[in-house]
Amino acid sequence: MPTYQLTVNGKSHSVDVSEDTPLLWVLRDHLDLVGTKYGCGIAQCGTCTVHVDGTAVLSCALKIDQVGGKSVTTIEGLSEDGSHPVQQAWKEVDVPQCGYCQAGQIMKASAFLEKNPDPSEEDIKRAMNGNLCRCATYNRIYKAVEIAAEKMK
Amino acid sequence: MANQKPSLQFSRRAFMRTSSLAGGGLLIGFNLFQACKPEAKAPMNLAALDYSNFNAFIKIAENGAITIFSPNPEIGQGVKTSMPMIIAEELDVAWDMVHVEQGILDTENYTRQVAGGSQSIRLGWEPLRQTGATARQMLVNAAAARWGVEPSECTTSEGVITSPSGETLGYGDVVNEAAQLEVPEEVTLKDVKDFTIIGTDASNVDIDEIITGKPLFGLDYKVDGMVYAAVVRPPAFGLKLSSFNADKAKAMPGVLDVITIGEKARKLIGENPGIAAILNGTDKVVVIAETTWQAMKAKETIEADWAEDTKLESTEEHDKILSDLLDGNKFNTMRSDGNIKKAFAEADEILERTYESPFLPHNTMEPMNFFADISDTKVHLVGPVQTPEWKAGAVAQMLGREPSEILLEMTRQGGGFGRRLYGDFVLEVAEIADAIRKPVKVVYTRDDDMADGIYRMAIKYRIKAGVKDGKLTAYHLKEAAVNSNMYGLIPNFFPAGAIENYQVDVAKYDSNITTGAWRAPYTNFLAYAEQSFFDELAEMMEVDRVKLRLDLLQKVKGTTDDRIQYSPERMEKVINTAVEKSGWGKQPEGVYQGFVNYYCHNSHVAEVADVVIENGTPVVKKVTCVVDCGIVINPLGAKNQAEGGVIDGIGHAMYGELAFENGRPTATNFNNYRLIRMMEAPDVEVHFIKNDFAPTGLGEPTLPPAGGAIANAFKAATGNRIYKQPFSKFPELLKVPEKEILG
Repeated sequence: MPTYQLTVNGKSHSVDVSEDTPLLWVLRDHLDLVGTKYGCGIAQCGTCTVHVDGTAVLSCALKIDQVGGKSVTTIEGLSEDGSHPVQQAWKEVDVPQCGYCQAGQIMKASAFLEKNPDPSEEDIKRAMNGNLCRCATYNRIYKAVEIAAEKMK
Repeated sequence: MANQKPSLQFSRRAFMRTSSLAGGGLLIGFNLFQACKPEAKAPMNLAALDYSNFNAFIKIAENGAITIFSPNPEIGQGVKTSMPMIIAEELDVAWDMVHVEQGILDTENYTRQVAGGSQSIRLGWEPLRQTGATARQMLVNAAAARWGVEPSECTTSEGVITSPSGETLGYGDVVNEAAQLEVPEEVTLKDVKDFTIIGTDASNVDIDEIITGKPLFGLDYKVDGMVYAAVVRPPAFGLKLSSFNADKAKAMPGVLDVITIGEKARKLIGENPGIAAILNGTDKVVVIAETTWQAMKAKETIEADWAEDTKLESTEEHDKILSDLLDGNKFNTMRSDGNIKKAFAEADEILERTYESPFLPHNTMEPMNFFADISDTKVHLVGPVQTPEWKAGAVAQMLGREPSEILLEMTRQGGGFGRRLYGDFVLEVAEIADAIRKPVKVVYTRDDDMADGIYRMAIKYRIKAGVKDGKLTAYHLKEAAVNSNMYGLIPNFFPAGAIENYQVDVAKYDSNITTGAWRAPYTNFLAYAEQSFFDELAEMMEVDRVKLRLDLLQKVKGTTDDRIQYSPERMEKVINTAVEKSGWGKQPEGVYQGFVNYYCHNSHVAEVADVVIENGTPVVKKVTCVVDCGIVINPLGAKNQAEGGVIDGIGHAMYGELAFENGRPTATNFNNYRLIRMMEAPDVEVHFIKNDFAPTGLGEPTLPPAGGAIANAFKAATGNRIYKQPFSKFPELLKVPEKEILG
């Protein structure tokens, strides 16, 4: 199997995996970064969202050989201690119920707010529409994104 | 009326024991689940009681820090936060002094044979309060003895005991003495008005771990040397494996083995036929690999041949069978008052409508998964399941092991909605682990999860009402369902008791498609059918929709029928509050409203949906939801549950559908199965009725009425009624006639 070098949360790693292995499973099974979740495997639910060079990417649909030298950030590396404004907003609003999809939601929201620091209601809803929450905490997710946008100003 | 059940009778000593900790401090053990079951019994021999009877602990350290070890499975309903809040309230400490931890696995000291259930708070209310109050009393007794005063003269607040002369001692100062005292039998509970924690907002106790991505869930659980299993299950209900070729899979990197399982499952089904309702006894092909991806990928290469074992069923066929059942006479009568036949014969007007619903998968965001490690000396099972006690017993029977050999640990669970009650996946991984004798985790792909479900069954309801002299005199509810019918007190929910001639009849068809509980079983669809029917009935009777309901409730007041557990007074209050809070009947131009009220899971709910027209189609903008679930423990978590229930109810009424062709579900992933998303989620305004009634269910009761609320609002907006879910399949009915838009 080929060897791939990749940078995750600022650290470089070397993994031996087949070239079609999704980044999701490299993170979870090889690097023990299990904060990124598996939901559908076909880029439909957003649960596996990570940042690749600052952009929100669905890691279940990104093959390891497409990652190249790009820098990957997962929920574990968004901040050292949960202090990122999006994480803090999530805590303030007490968003989660079961909590399973929330890492993906947070990663999506944080990448979105970097690119659009002053979003409208429509902007937030469009951006977050790709991330499913089966407990339907959507209204709290919306509110937390709004609060995070304020905090990031 | 049965608003307040008599409190549970139990002895404090029967479910609590205290001891001093080696390093100082007090440990109080109690059995959370035993204490929370109505059938809780005291052990026969108190002297023989040891910590193996306990699964929850309160630790009070010498510095006054309080740790509550909770063994609870948390599936998103918030009990890991709210149950410790009840203990802390009666213990009389500040909530920020309390640290909640998932009980550590400690087989030396206690077992984890626990059970979940949607009634956690209702049944736990009294014993959890007693537990906290007993611990508080022991600390007070220790302080009083040191001061030489009567315990009754001492007061407590936020973990500090004050003597009659004003001296103070912290709880930590007296824990070592308290540990030597007898557990008191009589304790006084706080007055509701003195609560300082219950009724205040508390964040989810796992919030920091969730937002930083810590390993919490079954899918995150790992041990050294663990391998992964992906299972090839029959692609359709009714098929069995005849042969397979795994040559390609075996040659793939990381693949360790390909095995078949099924023999042990069949043996278990033979001994325990009831389990066939959730467990498929056919052979399955299992790929064992070093990583999840390798196992999933290799599974796709297995070439399997399947033979028809039992009939391959389809939705088209179910549709006809359920209609035939409704038209036929093979019913069981669940409740019968008066004489409906006579009342219909004498009626001036009759309304009869039929409502139809499809199968639904649960679609928890965390797919089914479970870990097992089995050797001659241990059976270790870990993962998300809601019925560990039941599954541990079934695993023991299947493997021919002693129940005491089974160690089952629960993780946090990425959603439940009923699916994890069944634990078919626990039996599956146990058979695999027993064969390969390595620590192994079965992980379902999303397609496995949706295609191998234990679904909400398809149901049809037919409701017929008779009106004479402007009064509702007869009501007949008929249910035709796949596999099983409504149970318990459901036939006695509103409007039972309000109509003189009333009957509920049920019939079922036995299918090989596995079905089971789905968030708010039966009522998740029945509420829409009945509340939609009421709306139409009010139109036919030319009476106000809300008044029709309020008038019916008058007839229930003072009933002596103990099957009627809803309270007309409490229902009246939620209805009137919903009218007021939603501006019912006073909505601005262009807003169309739908009204519902419902009772289930011992809670009363009224909802009003506000719909506007956008691009010629009705869009749900807001739902006002009024809930009477008695005392609200944690309003922050409670609002989350109520909002989620409403949006979940709307989502499934609008989009949820799993159809079958040749025994095979037609959707198996989120590209062709639609769940509600943020852009479709309305605002939800939640109001709780303030009262001092003991708390009742909240994880489910706001869901059932939501479908009816939007259906009634759609009728107001479009003039069309929809009799079948999901509503999105009827775009022609979700359209405003053009002249109205122009006008």
